[in-house]
Amino acid sequence: MLQIDLWKRVLIWATVVVGLLLAMPNGFYTRVEQHNDAVKLIEAGADTSENRDAASVWPDYLPSGLVNLGLDLRGGAHLLAEVQVQDVYASRMEALWPEVRDILRPERATVGTIRLQPSPAGELRVRISEEAGMTRALELVRGLARPVVSLTGAGTTDLEVRGEGNVLVVTLSEAEQRATDERTIQQSLEIIRRRIDAVGTREPTIQRQGADRILIQVPGLGSAQELKDIIGTTAQLTFQPVVGRAASADASAGVGNEVLPSLDQEGVFYILEQAPVVTGEELVDAQPAFDQNGRPAVNFRFNPQGAVKFGDYTAANIGSPFAIVLDDEVISAPVIQTHISGGSGIITGNFTVEESTNLAVLLRAGALPAGMEFLEERTIGPELGQDSIDAGKIATIVAFAAVLIFMLLSYGLFGAFANIALIINIGLIFGLLSLIGATLTLPGIAGIVLTVGMAVDANVLIFERIREELKAGKKPARAIELGYEKALSAIVDANITTFITAVILYVMGSGPVRGFAVTLGIGILTSVFTAIFVTRLLIVMWYERRRPKQIEV
Amino acid sequence: MRLRLVPENTAWDFFSRPTLWLGISAVMIVLALVSFGVRGLNYGIDFKGGTTIRTESTQAIDVAQYRDALGALDLGDVVISEVFDPNFREDQHVAMVRIEAQDGQEAVTSDLIDTARTALQTVSPDIKFVSVESVGPKVSGELIQTAAIAVALAIGAVLFYIWLRFEWQFALGAVIALVHDVVLTIGVFSEVGIRFDLSIIAALLTIVGYSLNDTVVVFDRVRENLIKYKSKDLKEVLNLSINETLSRTFMTSVTTLLALIALFVLGGDVIRGFVFAMIWGVVVGTYSSIFVASAVLMKLGVKRDWSKPTDTTGNQYGNIDA
Repeated sequence: MLQIDLWKRVLIWATVVVGLLLAMPNGFYTRVEQHNDAVKLIEAGADTSENRDAASVWPDYLPSGLVNLGLDLRGGAHLLAEVQVQDVYASRMEALWPEVRDILRPERATVGTIRLQPSPAGELRVRISEEAGMTRALELVRGLARPVVSLTGAGTTDLEVRGEGNVLVVTLSEAEQRATDERTIQQSLEIIRRRIDAVGTREPTIQRQGADRILIQVPGLGSAQELKDIIGTTAQLTFQPVVGRAASADASAGVGNEVLPSLDQEGVFYILEQAPVVTGEELVDAQPAFDQNGRPAVNFRFNPQGAVKFGDYTAANIGSPFAIVLDDEVISAPVIQTHISGGSGIITGNFTVEESTNLAVLLRAGALPAGMEFLEERTIGPELGQDSIDAGKIATIVAFAAVLIFMLLSYGLFGAFANIALIINIGLIFGLLSLIGATLTLPGIAGIVLTVGMAVDANVLIFERIREELKAGKKPARAIELGYEKALSAIVDANITTFITAVILYVMGSGPVRGFAVTLGIGILTSVFTAIFVTRLLIVMWYERRRPKQIEV
Repeated sequence: MRLRLVPENTAWDFFSRPTLWLGISAVMIVLALVSFGVRGLNYGIDFKGGTTIRTESTQAIDVAQYRDALGALDLGDVVISEVFDPNFREDQHVAMVRIEAQDGQEAVTSDLIDTARTALQTVSPDIKFVSVESVGPKVSGELIQTAAIAVALAIGAVLFYIWLRFEWQFALGAVIALVHDVVLTIGVFSEVGIRFDLSIIAALLTIVGYSLNDTVVVFDRVRENLIKYKSKDLKEVLNLSINETLSRTFMTSVTTLLALIALFVLGGDVIRGFVFAMIWGVVVGTYSSIFVASAVLMKLGVKRDWSKPTDTTGNQYGNIDA
C-alpha cells in the first residue's frame, strides 16, 4: 500500500531543506553581496573594522552563494576577441635570423655570403651566394631545430627548412604551429585575467572559445571600449639594437630593419634591427623607481635566460645605443655604458610618477603575445539591466500566481500539494543555480517561468491518472499508488527528451542561450524530483493522517 | 466543484479524416516556406552582423530626425524604430538603431559607434545609450551555422531516443511533428517580421522540447493501450489514447501559456520576441502532437505485438525455482 520508508522521507526533506538553504541568500541579494565582497577583501589582507562591519551583515554560518546576474541583467561589457596567433609565427621567425646568421657565418667558405631576403610574415628567407653550399646550409640550419614540446607533437621538430634555388626558406612546422597557438592562447588568457583582476571588478568571465577566441565579460563596467583599453591590444616591450636615426617614418630601413618613432620627441625616428635582443616576456619584475637624478623611472629584472642574452649583448656592444621599445614606440635609446650582467636595469625617460607606475604595472602584467581582433562587442547599461530585472520579477510573480490559482481550481487539495511542490521547486532551482555558481540571464528568467508552467505537467499527469483509476472503481490508496506508477514512464520519457534539447542548447549555445539552457535543465531535474518525491510524500503524509474513505482529485 | 477544461468523458473522433489534417498541415508548411523564401527572416545582428544601439531619452523621439542625423554619415542601411512598452515610465522614450555591417570589415569598429553616438547626441542632448552591441560578420556567419546544427542535432537526438523507447513509426511521427512546428514558427517570424536573433534559436529548441513532451505523453498512452486492447483497431486505440490524455494535454498547455502570457505582457520588450516564439510553439506543438504525430502514426501503421518473450516461453531451462 501507500508507504514510504522513513529513511526516504528523511532524505527527501533533507534535500529540500538543503536546497532551500542554498537558495536563501538570493532573497537578501544586496546584503549577501556586501558580505561576500567584504570577506574577499579581508582575505586579501584588508582586515579593517569597516570591512568587518560589512562582513557581519550576513552571518558566516549561513550559505552565501549567490546566483550571478548576467550582463543583460546587471549591465557591463562583453567582448569576443580573436587572437592573431600568426603574429607569433612572424616574431619567432624575426628572432631566428640572428641565430641563422651566426651559424652560417663560420661556413662562409662553402655557403658564400649570407643575405636576409624580404620575407612574408611567418617565413624567413635567406639567400646564400654559393648554391653548391645549400646542402651544408640546410644541414646547419636544421640543426637549430628543437623538438616540439607538446603531447601531439612528440617526435617532431619545430622548424621546417627547405631550399629554393639559392634561397633558404625557414618556417615553423605544423606541429610547432599548433603548440605555439596553444601557448599563445593560454598566455593571452592569463594576461587578460591579470589585467582585469588588477582593476578589481566583480565576477569577470574570461573564457576560451574554440581554437583561437577569448570571451571576456565584465559586469559593472561602463563600456566595451573601456574594457578594450584595460586589456590593451599589443603592449609589447622589446629591447632592440639601434642601427641609426632617421628624419621621417618613410626613411628606408633596409632588409631586417624597421623605422619606429620616438615616444616623447616629435619628429625623431630610429632605425632598429627587427630582431629584438630581449623581449618583455623575459621580464620577471618591474617596479616604479627614481633614477640617480630623482626623476621617475622603472626598475626591471630579467629571468636567467633574458639576463644571459642581455648580458652578452651589452658586453659585445659597449658604446653603441640600443632602444627600449614599447608598443612600437621608442621610449628611450640609451648608449650602453658597461656590461650589464645582473639581468636588471632601469628605464628612464620623461615620465611622470604616474606614468612610471603605469608602465611598471604594464610590464609586470606582461605583454600580450599576439594582437587581437574584436569580433563582437556589447555594452549593456545598468539601467536596462535593472529594468529587465524589475520586469522579470513582476512577470514571474504574476505567472506564478496564475498557475497556483489555476492548479488549485482544477485539483483542489491535490492542487495545493502540487503548489507547495512548485514553490519548493523554484527554491531548489535557485539553490542549485547558486551552488554551481551559474549565471542568470534574461532568457534564463524566461526559462524559469517556462519551468513554472511545465513543472506542473508531471503532477497533472499523475493526478489525471489517479482520477482515471478512481473512475475505474479503485480504492483511494490503490488509485494514488497506481497513478504514480503508471504516470512514471510518460514523465520520464517526456522529461528526458526535453533534457536532451537542454543539453544540446548548452553545448552548442553561447552567452544568454547557455544561461537559458542551464535554468531549463536544472528546472527539469528539480521539477521531476518535486513531482515524483515531494508531492507523493505530501499526499502520503496527508493520507496517513486522514485515512479518507473517498478522495476527489 | 473542480475547474474542468475538457468534459469528463470524451470520445471525440480525431481521425475521421486524417488525410485532411495532414493536408492542412502540409499546406501550412508550404505557406511558411513560401513566406520564408519570399520575405526572408528579419535577422538580428547576431546572424547578419552590424551594430544595434538602444537609446533612451526623456524627450519624445522623432525618428525622422534620428534618420537625418545618421543618414549624413554614410553608414549604409540604417533602421531606426521606436520601442513602446507598458513598463516604460512617462518620460522614457526608447529607440533602437540598427546599422548594417560595414563592407569589407571582419571585426567591429569602435570609430563607427563613436560617430553614430555623437550624431545622435546632437539631435537629442540628453540621450543615453543603454546598450550598444556590435557583431562582426565573421562571427555572425558562424552563429547561424551553429544554430542550424543545434536544431538539427536536437531533432536527430530525439528521433534516436524515441526510436529506442518506442518503434520507428513513433519516432518518425514525432519528428515530422517537430519539423512541422519549427517550420511553422520560422514561417510566422518571416511573415510578421519579428527580429530573429540568437535567443529565438533557444526558443525554437524549447518548442522542440515542449512539442516532444506532448507527443511522448500521447505515444506513451498509445503504447499502453496497444498492449491492453490487442484486438482493437489502430484508429480506435489512437482515438482512445488521445481522449484519455486530452485533459492533461489541455491542463499543461494552459498552465504553460498562462506563465508565458504573463511574461509576454509584463516581461519587457527585450524578450518579447523570444516569448512570442514560445507561445506560438506551445499552441502549434499541442496541435501537432495530436493532428500530425498521431496522424502520421496512423498512416504508417504500427507493429501490434508488444509482448516481450515471457519467462516461460522464452527460457528453455524452464523455471527451476518452482
